Amino acid sequence: MQTFLDALFLQAGYNAALVAIGAALLGFAAGSAGTFLFLRKRALVSDAVAHATLPGVGLAFIVMVSLGGDGRSLLGLLAGSALTAWIGLLLIEWITRRTRLAEDAAIGAVLGVFFGLGVVLLTVVQSMSAGRQAGLETFLLGSTAGMLYEDAVVIAVGGSLTVLATSLLRRPMTLVAFDSEYAAAMGYDVRRIDLLMMGLVMAVTVIGLKLVGLILIVAMLIIPAVTARFWTDRSHRVIWIAGAAGGASGYLGAVISASAPSMPTGPIIVLVAAAIFVVSLFFAPGRGVLAAVLRHRRFQARVHRRQGLLALAAQHPIREAYTVRLLAREGLVRPDGVPTDAGRAQAAKVARDERRWDVAREVHQDAGLTGRYDGLTPIEEVFTRDEIDEFDRRLGPPMGLGDV
Amino acid sequence: MGAEFVQFSLTPILIGVFAAIACALPGNFLILRRQALIGDAISHVVLPGIVVAFLLTGMVAAIPMMIGAAGAAILAVILIEAVKRLGQIEPGAAMGVVFTTMFAAGVLILEQSDTSQVHLDVEHALMGNLESLIWFRADGWGSLLDPAALASLPDELPRIALVCALVVVLTLVFWRWLKIATFDEGFAQALGIPAAAVGFGLMVTAAVAAVAAFDAVGSIIVIAMFICPPAAARLMTNRLAHQVWWSVAFATMSAILGYVFAGYGPLWFGAQNAVSAAGMIATVSGVILGLACLFGPHRSRVGAGRDEAA
Repeated sequence: MQTFLDALFLQAGYNAALVAIGAALLGFAAGSAGTFLFLRKRALVSDAVAHATLPGVGLAFIVMVSLGGDGRSLLGLLAGSALTAWIGLLLIEWITRRTRLAEDAAIGAVLGVFFGLGVVLLTVVQSMSAGRQAGLETFLLGSTAGMLYEDAVVIAVGGSLTVLATSLLRRPMTLVAFDSEYAAAMGYDVRRIDLLMMGLVMAVTVIGLKLVGLILIVAMLIIPAVTARFWTDRSHRVIWIAGAAGGASGYLGAVISASAPSMPTGPIIVLVAAAIFVVSLFFAPGRGVLAAVLRHRRFQARVHRRQGLLALAAQHPIREAYTVRLLAREGLVRPDGVPTDAGRAQAAKVARDERRWDVAREVHQDAGLTGRYDGLTPIEEVFTRDEIDEFDRRLGPPMGLGDV
Repeated sequence: MGAEFVQFSLTPILIGVFAAIACALPGNFLILRRQALIGDAISHVVLPGIVVAFLLTGMVAAIPMMIGAAGAAILAVILIEAVKRLGQIEPGAAMGVVFTTMFAAGVLILEQSDTSQVHLDVEHALMGNLESLIWFRADGWGSLLDPAALASLPDELPRIALVCALVVVLTLVFWRWLKIATFDEGFAQALGIPAAAVGFGLMVTAAVAAVAAFDAVGSIIVIAMFICPPAAARLMTNRLAHQVWWSVAFATMSAILGYVFAGYGPLWFGAQNAVSAAGMIATVSGVILGLACLFGPHRSRVGAGRDEAA
């Protein structure tokens, strides 16, 4: 516990602090950039982009070594990975536009082939004398063990630039994500904006290679955005909530991973993000599962109450046990289903409401008003006092129960 | 092409071919149903499946691991559906959430448990070790008729051959149902074909093929073989039967050429070491798809303008 608190307040050593701050920044950048990917319904393009970075890493290493360099310079490797990721993106776009193949096939093809090529290049690297200790495999799952100050700077600068670009480009990207044809009609170049969006995703992927690795960076792009979507219906809030969720999972994940042995940073970050997602899925107000269940229960109760009262008014027995329980709890019927005085009064009121609606739908021409009849809404909520008086005049005097 | 070939190359090539065909056959239908990425999702969740199976049984045996992996694949399909329905999330994102989380859980469990002394690691799972599946006791083509030598064939070969045969038989038996349910689900239901069950069965078959192939050759090949050969075949013809034949041909070609390039290619360039065969097979299948995209006779959409298609 103490180690966890130490890590939480960045007291667990220099490396742990670097990793935690880097992961939080990366999470924020990934969450906000991933939002547009999710809203554009192209979440899995990120998977292809991430896998397409692998051959770039291998190529960059080979080139750097053959030029006489060390081959392990992070910036060089990231530049290489960005290059092949970009080629992968262009290929997906080209295949979907030029051939009859759908986008999912293009994504899968690029993903599998680039990853295969990357593995081939990794085996080439391993056979080079300089490559034996290259440790390029750590890019698959990320590795924070030997993170240097320079690596943290790369993540910090890259992450901040990505967040800045996301916030600058959010209007055109939102427009394209929601209605690309309208955006085209407004004069935006949809193809270029799509590529920009993917460019941001690629930037996040490349920055995240060192920390979480290319297989799990996809999770950081997708999960926070999906999580944020549960909490709001406004797109600009989704961006910031996704950023916050991503940043929180990055920070917490790094902290947990630093406070216990055998806790790889990348997977822990993803699992923290997944935990936040599951909580949101069930407990978010409005779109969460719990809220939906409660909404359904309330609606069910309203329908049962109304139908039960109508049955009382028509002096039919209520056979549905749930309805009886509901009405008995309000003191409208006795447990055996016989109405109390209050129940009879309510029943008469509901029956009158129903008859008023009948008249209203007959005489009133405004479909916008009469269309609100759903068998549940009291007529007072829709029509004015005067109008209801007019319906009553046509209905005639009140009748006792049983005369309906 | 003598004893050495039989000993070192024959079994890996056969395993590669069987794995490629077993994945390519369901891949045809997945592509047409726009579910191509299910293969991607399945190949990711295979890892947690085998890790959990290993922890439960405590041994690196093929059967429990395949059951574990198939279980994980089916669990993933169910979870994806649940997230999609409960959260009203589009399928791609739901898939992304589920398979990355399961993969992360797999890596964590692997790190947490003491599996270091057994040959079970992430890189192996991803890359496979096709090259190591050699036939030790063979000393020439004559060994094919020698029962003692045949008994020492790597276990992976009969296993993947069996799964491949199973996939072929399933494809043939359910051909009409698959075809109708894939192209027109409503019509299939009107005919009384259980379209939803056919879809789920296809998913399970894909999972079994993926797991068996994964066991032998790693997960890269699985993703590439589910998609590349069928996608290339899709650009060659408009008839489903022809497409399936083309995909089988492309899969076989990728497996053989990929293995040969990986094993002998570097030697032609004067290098000493072979490169990853699984990776090379995936690369070759990508090259085939690229050529089909450029020159396939049916590469453009129906109704696309001439200049657009060029």
